[in-house]
Amino acid sequence: MTPGTVDRPTASASGSRVGPRSGTALLYVLSLGVTLILSAGLVAATGQSPARMLGALLDGAFLAPGRWGNTLAVAAPMLLVALGMVIGVKAGLFNIGQEGQLLIGAVAMALVGTRLTGPGPVLLVGGLVLAAAAGGAYAGLAALMRFRRGVPEVISTLLLVFVALQVVGFAITTDWFLRDLDPDRPSQAVTSAALPSSVRLPVVTVFGNEFHVGLLVALAGAGAVALLLGRTVSGFKLRLLGASPNVAQQAGVSVARAGSAALFVSGALAGFAGAMMMAGGASSARLTAGFSNEIGWQGLLVALVARSKPLLCVPVAILFAALRTGAGFLAATGVDRKVVDVVQALLVLALLIPPAVQFLRERRRAVGAADFGEG
Amino acid sequence: MTAAGRGNPAVLDLQGMAKRFGAVVACDHVDLELHAGEVHGILGENGAGKSTLMRLVFGLARPDAGVVRIDGKRTAITDPDEATRLGIGMVHQHYSLVDALSVWENVALGETGRLDPDSTKRRIMEISRRYGLAVDPDAPVRDLPSGIRQRVEIIKCLAREPRIILLDEPTSALTPTESEQLFEVLRTGARTEGWSVALVSHKLDEILAATDRVTVMHHGRVTHRIATADADVPSLARAMVGHAVSLRTVTTAVDGPVPQPEEESRPQTGAPSGEKAPVLTIISASARARDGGVLLDGLSIEVREGEIVGVAGVEGNGQTALSDVMAGLLALDGGSVTVGEQTVPTGVAGAMARAGVAVIPADRHRSGCVLGMTVAENLMIPLLDRMQRRGLLRREAIRANALELIAEYRIRTPGPDTPLDRLSGGNQQRVVVARALSASPKVLVAHQPTRGLDVGAIEYVADRLRRAAGEGIGILLLSTDLREIISLADRVAVIHRGAIAGELTPPDLDMQSLGLLMGGKDAGGPPA
Repeated sequence: MTPGTVDRPTASASGSRVGPRSGTALLYVLSLGVTLILSAGLVAATGQSPARMLGALLDGAFLAPGRWGNTLAVAAPMLLVALGMVIGVKAGLFNIGQEGQLLIGAVAMALVGTRLTGPGPVLLVGGLVLAAAAGGAYAGLAALMRFRRGVPEVISTLLLVFVALQVVGFAITTDWFLRDLDPDRPSQAVTSAALPSSVRLPVVTVFGNEFHVGLLVALAGAGAVALLLGRTVSGFKLRLLGASPNVAQQAGVSVARAGSAALFVSGALAGFAGAMMMAGGASSARLTAGFSNEIGWQGLLVALVARSKPLLCVPVAILFAALRTGAGFLAATGVDRKVVDVVQALLVLALLIPPAVQFLRERRRAVGAADFGEG
Repeated sequence: MTAAGRGNPAVLDLQGMAKRFGAVVACDHVDLELHAGEVHGILGENGAGKSTLMRLVFGLARPDAGVVRIDGKRTAITDPDEATRLGIGMVHQHYSLVDALSVWENVALGETGRLDPDSTKRRIMEISRRYGLAVDPDAPVRDLPSGIRQRVEIIKCLAREPRIILLDEPTSALTPTESEQLFEVLRTGARTEGWSVALVSHKLDEILAATDRVTVMHHGRVTHRIATADADVPSLARAMVGHAVSLRTVTTAVDGPVPQPEEESRPQTGAPSGEKAPVLTIISASARARDGGVLLDGLSIEVREGEIVGVAGVEGNGQTALSDVMAGLLALDGGSVTVGEQTVPTGVAGAMARAGVAVIPADRHRSGCVLGMTVAENLMIPLLDRMQRRGLLRREAIRANALELIAEYRIRTPGPDTPLDRLSGGNQQRVVVARALSASPKVLVAHQPTRGLDVGAIEYVADRLRRAAGEGIGILLLSTDLREIISLADRVAVIHRGAIAGELTPPDLDMQSLGLLMGGKDAGGPPA
């Protein structure tokens, strides 16, 4: 026994660490392979060609003119939602109501953009900031219930989604709120007015692909969240809170205050994402009943698959966005769009099984070591 | 009645029962015979292996070695269902009732076949009449006070008509009157129905009052077998805490417990010369659990600079609450905590740490360290202010701090960035100790600081505590291990039902008087 110090990892120690890791890589290959085979089988079973389907997906997501810009524009809000989820999870709080917080953000943006007058850039920035604040406050309701009355935030954030859907429905059907009062509007569907063109996000054009600057904001957000969690004292306190509330409380991190802050930031990112979608022209820059388009739910999946690692959220968000935009090209091949949903679900499972297996393996080891009846 | 079963074949005969958990031997080849019609006490300190033995008999754990005979026939008890089939019933230390269900539903749980509410309720009423265990079969368990829940637990056990009844610390939540009622039931059942009862306890008076024979366990072995009629409180106390231990056996300390005045100026206000100033004063601390149970009931204690004050006591008498208060995890309902000259608010995040209190908790995984973080991250927790510059973490400072503490506290780890859960328990404990002391506290509260550690680590932690006291830190040492307390503490207080029951200083400090105080008896009073 060399008392004293930092040992070099012994052969057995390093062996036991490399073993499971390469095992996990193998598991990933295996489960992705099975997913591909299952998906191909599924498409073949509906009487279509898996190869043509894959081709259509790739065309729709990346290859056809202008498509990868589309994909990136979808990926941006998904990424922001995922980052919000990551912040909550690291603090030990599961905010799964981003769909609702995103809608509340969109309502705020629509209010500022269509009901106020002023210079475009001012309205745009003001709308984005207000949307973030509104989304944060909406998640703050869940924090209030959690830390005042002990209501689990998983439940309250989820249920608040349905309240948000009602708020949107009320807003777009109410004259004094957001309803489009223009008699010449193009569609008879009930919506808000469109954001004026001066209140839209600037668009970047690269090789004929257009995407709004929201993507850059989202990418910067991923970097910022990674920096926050990894390099700052605030991030460390959040992680401490998530890893051990008791140790955090001893060290001076107030569970209620830090937890509320995490939920607020989490909601603010979703609210910002909603405003960004609207100012980026989603659903013709109008608030509609189905405006959120499930981005809030898919963002959760992104965070889940990326195992709450902020930078890993970037490629995963792009992958999920690609499946969505790619599916738009499937009609031409005769494959039902719903097949893509199934493929996506399989993909999520495939990406979640290896870490789950690893977790169970480690846990079994830990439980085996600690199985200890008292006295 | 004492020798009810002598001569007859034992109803339950255990031979060479052995069970180890990792490096810890819980049961070391234990023999035990239970006869028909006897109440058999199994006495021992916490961790003596009593509960494990009962778990082996009830099939909750599989023995590593040993033979079980029931009515002379060799049997393997694989699981609780099998144990129930063989006529064994168990009443657990912690209630195994479902709060949301009613009494009769809880009794029916685990039975096979069709659910028949009326017959279950009839059976409950019959049992409750026969043994005087009044209970309403339709009452939801959630609404019942703990004494009645224990009753339900016993009815649930009796409803399966066992011949062998195992009770694991059944009275920990009962009032003395309720305990007496329970013992009456056990004695009646043994006399009239021929039950064989094993009563696990660490309470001397209850063993004396309720049993016919006593088996005393110590460190997983049977050390004494006595007929209760031949035993008294002092002899049982001696048997329970083991061999006569000379005070201050462990004297291998590097610096010894001699307090050395620090360079820092110490407030001498009011302290008589020769007397050190108190660094921790707790006055009439009271706290209740969320369910209304009393955790602390007017506890007062004082720790002076450089002094190690031991708090001995049977587990569950308020030690965890006291440690939680000092960690800032639990707010007091009444009383005050003063550190140095400053009264510290309780239950406020970080207030205790800022006032100079560090805690080594009994359950390090609950409130001591963060398994999911690295060694370096764990070690920086109390030093956050020094480890940052304008909100950004100073990575070199964090690493340097970790390397320094790893060397100083001899933490065996592949590196500072190794996740803590890869370290052995002893090394995790070294991290907890290093973290507690690195913040240069005025007061250190150490709760079971050596529990579950191997001999080397135990020596090390003990040595560290002595050195800390030598540096002028006031130490409150909460432990159920009397040897540890006696070898380390300058003064010993005994905690009982959330208050200090008495205080002993050498030369009055010995195992026997401690054992008596811990069992709820006054050391000076007659063993009534």
